Amino acid sequence: MTALVIILTLILVAIIVVQIGKLTELAAVIRGEEEARMASNNMNAKALVVFMVLFLAGCIYTGIYYSDQFLGYGPHESASELGGKIDTMFNVTLFFTGIVFVITQILLFWYSYKYREQKGRKALYMPHDNKLEIVWTVIPAVVMTFLVVYGLDTWNTLMADVSPDEVLGEDYMEIEAVGHQFAWTIRYPGDDNILGERDYRLISGTNPLGQNWEDEENLDDFHPNEIVLPVGKKVRVRITAKDVLHNFYLPHFRVKMDAIPGLPTYFVFTPTTTTEEYRKRLSEYPEYQQPADPTEPDGPQRWETFEYELACAELCGKGHFSMRRIVRIVSQDEYEAWKAEQQSFYSMNVEGTPEDPSYSEVTDATDVENTDTEETEEASEEETTTTEEANQ
Amino acid sequence: MAEIKHDELIVQHEHGHDDHHDDHHGDKYQSSWLTHYIFSMDHKMIARQFLITGMFWAVIGALMSLVFRLQLGYPEESLAWLKPVLGKWITVDAATGMGTLDPQFYYALVTMHGTILVFFVLTAGLSGTFSNLLIPLQLGARDMASPMLNMFSYWFFFLAGAIMFASLFVNTGPFSGGWTAYPPLSALPQASSGSGAGMTLWILSLVFFVVSVLLGGINYITTVLNLRTKGMSMWRMPLTIWAFFVTAILGLLSFPVLVSAMLLLTLDRSLGTSFFLSEIFIGGEALDYVGGSPVLYQHLFWFLGHPEVYIIILPAMGIVSEVLSVHSRKPIFGYKAMVFSILAIGVLSFIVWAHHMFMSGVNPFISNIFVIFTLIIAVPSAVKVFNWIATLYGGNIRFNAASLFSIGFVSMFISGGLTGIFLGNSAIDIQMHDTYFVVAHFHIVMGVAAFFGMFAGIYHWFPKMFGRFMNETMGKIHFWGTMIGAYAVFWPMHYIGMAGFPRRYYSFASFDFTSQFVGMNKFITVAAIIVFALQVLFIINFIYSIYKGKKMTTKNPWGATTLEWTTPINPGHGNWPGAIPAVHRWAYDYGKDGKEFITQVTPLEEGESDGGH
Repeated sequence: MTALVIILTLILVAIIVVQIGKLTELAAVIRGEEEARMASNNMNAKALVVFMVLFLAGCIYTGIYYSDQFLGYGPHESASELGGKIDTMFNVTLFFTGIVFVITQILLFWYSYKYREQKGRKALYMPHDNKLEIVWTVIPAVVMTFLVVYGLDTWNTLMADVSPDEVLGEDYMEIEAVGHQFAWTIRYPGDDNILGERDYRLISGTNPLGQNWEDEENLDDFHPNEIVLPVGKKVRVRITAKDVLHNFYLPHFRVKMDAIPGLPTYFVFTPTTTTEEYRKRLSEYPEYQQPADPTEPDGPQRWETFEYELACAELCGKGHFSMRRIVRIVSQDEYEAWKAEQQSFYSMNVEGTPEDPSYSEVTDATDVENTDTEETEEASEEETTTTEEANQ
Repeated sequence: MAEIKHDELIVQHEHGHDDHHDDHHGDKYQSSWLTHYIFSMDHKMIARQFLITGMFWAVIGALMSLVFRLQLGYPEESLAWLKPVLGKWITVDAATGMGTLDPQFYYALVTMHGTILVFFVLTAGLSGTFSNLLIPLQLGARDMASPMLNMFSYWFFFLAGAIMFASLFVNTGPFSGGWTAYPPLSALPQASSGSGAGMTLWILSLVFFVVSVLLGGINYITTVLNLRTKGMSMWRMPLTIWAFFVTAILGLLSFPVLVSAMLLLTLDRSLGTSFFLSEIFIGGEALDYVGGSPVLYQHLFWFLGHPEVYIIILPAMGIVSEVLSVHSRKPIFGYKAMVFSILAIGVLSFIVWAHHMFMSGVNPFISNIFVIFTLIIAVPSAVKVFNWIATLYGGNIRFNAASLFSIGFVSMFISGGLTGIFLGNSAIDIQMHDTYFVVAHFHIVMGVAAFFGMFAGIYHWFPKMFGRFMNETMGKIHFWGTMIGAYAVFWPMHYIGMAGFPRRYYSFASFDFTSQFVGMNKFITVAAIIVFALQVLFIINFIYSIYKGKKMTTKNPWGATTLEWTTPINPGHGNWPGAIPAVHRWAYDYGKDGKEFITQVTPLEEGESDGGH
C-alpha cells in the first residue's frame, strides 16, 4: 500500500514537473530566449561543480562509513593464509584507481564549468597534441603492466594445486563438497585420508553421493553437516555438483570455485584463524556488539553468534540464496575429537542393508524378492522427495 | 535554445554525383500509411521504429527491476497489491494477507531484466536506432545499401520481442536461469520450471534477434564501405560512424556464435545429445548424458557476450564524442587516437571473453592470458576518457540535455571502467566474482553509461527525427535526477560487493555475512523508484515533444559540421531533395581560423590543410 502511495505521489510530481517545463519555455520566450539560455547555461555549469564536490565528498564519506567492508580492513580480514594477498592487491588497485578517479572526475567537471559558454569567447582550436597523447597512453600502460605482473603472480600462487611431493594426510588433507539443489553435501575421507570412488549412476535415496561400496576407501568416509577444519592445516577441497552448476564460496577465506557436474574442480587453502579467534576480533567492532536477534535485546551479541559460512555463488535455481553451511575452524585437538565422534556413512546407513555388497554374501542371497521390495520402496521414497522439491 | 545564425548552405562548388531523380522522391516509397509507418524501408523511419520499440522494452525491463528491488529492499512488506498483475507468482497468506514474491519468479524477473536490457534495449534500441538514423545521413547516402534487408532487420527484432513477450505468460513461467543461461540449469526443466517452455521461447526469440542483428550489421558495414558521398574518405567520417561501423563488425562476427551455442543447447534439451551435459543426477534419476562440458557453453556464450558489451558501449562512445564536440564548439581531441582506440577495443574485445570465467573451472593457467588482454583494454579506454576531457578543455560549452548527458556518460564510464580493473585481475576476481561488486561495475559502465549515451543521442538528434526540439527544462530535470539517482542506486552496491554478498540472491537474510545491509537496500530501492519516475518524465517529454515541442526553424540548429544537418528540416525518403552534397573536409572543424564552425561541405580554402591530420 505504501508503495502504491509512493508511486501515485511520484506520478503527481511528474505532472507538476511537466507543467514547470512548459512554463519555463513560455517564460523564456517572454524574457528573451538568448538571455534565458545563458542564465540556464551558467546555472548548469555551477551545478556540475556542486555535483562534483558532493559526489566526491559522498564517496569519501561512504567510504569511511563502510570502511569495515573494505577487504583487509577492520573485521573484514581474510581468515586464510593466502587470502590476505587478495586483500592487499585489492587495496593496491584501489590506490591507483582512486588517484585516477579523483583526478579525472575533477578535471571533467571543472573544465565543464570553467569553459562554459561565455559571450565573446572563442573556443580553442586544438585538434590534437601528440606529446600529450603519448604521455597519457604510456602512463596507463605502465600502471597496467605493474598490475598485471603483480596480479598474475598472486593468482598463480593462490591457484596452485598441491605439489606432487606433498603427502596426503600429512602435508594436506582433502575433503569433498558436492552441490545440489539446494544444499551442500560434505564428505570427509575418514581415517585413511582418502576419499573413495564415486559414480553418479550409483546415486540413490540411500547413497546421496553415489559412493561405490565395493571400494574400501569409501567405507570410512563420513558426511558431516558442517565443515570443520583444523587451523593451520592445508586443505584441498574437491568441488563438484550433482545436478546443475553451483559455486563453492567461502567469503571469509577468499575461496570461490564453480561446482560442475561431470567436471571436478578444486581449491586449496589454509585456514589461519579459528572461529573463536575471529569472534574475538569481531567483538571489538560496534556493529558486532548488537544483539544477534533484534527482538531479543539481551540475547547474545552478533560477534558471539558469528560463524564462518559456505554459500553458493552461481545461480542454481529458485533456492540458490539458501545453500548455507556452517564452517568451523578449530584447534588440531578439537578437530581430532570432533572427527572421532563422526560415524562413517557406510556404517550408519549401508552396512547390513541390501545396498551393502557384502550383504548378499553374508545372507547367501536368501531372498531375491525381498531385495526387490526394498528397491521399490526406495524408488517411491525418491518420488516423494522429487514431488517435495517441486512443491517448494 | 541556440539559434545559430546560419546562412543557407554555403553554395556548393562541387556536387556529389547525382543519382537522384525527382520521380524517385516521395510517392514510390511512401505510397500508403502502411508502407510509410509500418513496413517502411526508409532508414529514418526504421530508426524511429527501433527507438520506440526499444523504449517500450526499457519500460518493461525497468518495471521488472522495480519488482525485484521491492523484494530486496522491503522483503517484509506485502506485495499483495501486485497480485492482479503477477497472478500466481504472488503468494498471499490467507491469514495475514501478506503477499510474497515467488522465488522462481524473482529469478525470472532478474533473467528477463538482463536479457531485455542487454539485447532489446541497449543493442537494438541503441545501435539499431542510431546506426540506422545516422549512417546514411552522416555519410551522404540516400538510404542503407539494402533498404529491404533493413526493414527485415526491424521486423525480425519485432518478432523476437513478440516471442519474448509471449514467454512472460507461459504457465511454467518465463526463463529464470540468468541472462547467461548456463546449462545444465537452462537445459533441464527438472532443475527449474522456467527452463521448460519459457526457455524454448527464449532461445527462439534470441535466434530471431540474431537474424535481426546480422541483417542490420551487414547493411551498416556495406553502407559505410560503399555509399559514402564524394570526398567522404574513411578518415573524414564522424566518430559516430566509426563506432557504428566497428559495432556492426563485432556483431557480425560474434552473434553467430551465440546461435551455435543455442543450437547445441537445443539439441541437448530435446534430442538427448551431450554437448554441455554430463553426469547429472536430478529429480531422483541419473540422466544418460555423459562427456559434455557446461564450460564449453560458457566459452561459446562469452565469445558473444564479451564483444556484446562493446556492441553496447561503442555506439554510446561515438555519440558522446560527437555531441561533446558539437556543444563544446571544439574539434574532438585526438580524432585519430579515438579511431584507433575504437579499433583496438574492437579487436581486443574478441580475446578477453574468459575473464567472465576465472572461477568457472577453466585451467588457472589459461586465465593468465585473459588477464593480460583484459587489462590491456584499459589503455585505449583511458585514452578515450582523456580525449573527452581534453575536448572540453578550452571549449565554449553549451549545456543542454544532450551535452549534460554526455558529460554524465564520461563520469559514469570513469567510475565503472575503473572497477573493471579490479575484476579483470583474476586474483581479485576470486573474491569479487558474482558479487554485487560486479553488479555495480557493469550497471555503471555499460548500463547507465550506455543509457546516458543514448539519451545524449536522443536529445541531440530529436530535431532531425521529428522536426521539433524536446523540452529542455524537463530534459535537464531528467538529467540531474538520473545522474544523482543512478549513482545513488549503484554506488552503494560496491560496498555490498566488497562485503562478499553474492548477486542473484532472493533474500539478504539467509546468511550472517549478508544480513547487515537492510538499510542500504531500502535506500537503493527508493533511489531506483525515483530514477524510474524520472524516466517516465523522459517518456512524457518525448511524446509531448513529438506533437507539441518547439518547432525546428533552421536546418542546423546546433551549428554542427556534419551532413545530416544539411538535409531539409523534414527530409523525405532519399534525404536530400537535390544532389547529394560532396564533402571537402573532416567532421570537426570547430573554431578553426576564427570561424565558429565550418561544415563538411565547405571546400578547403587555398593553402588550407584538412584539419586534425
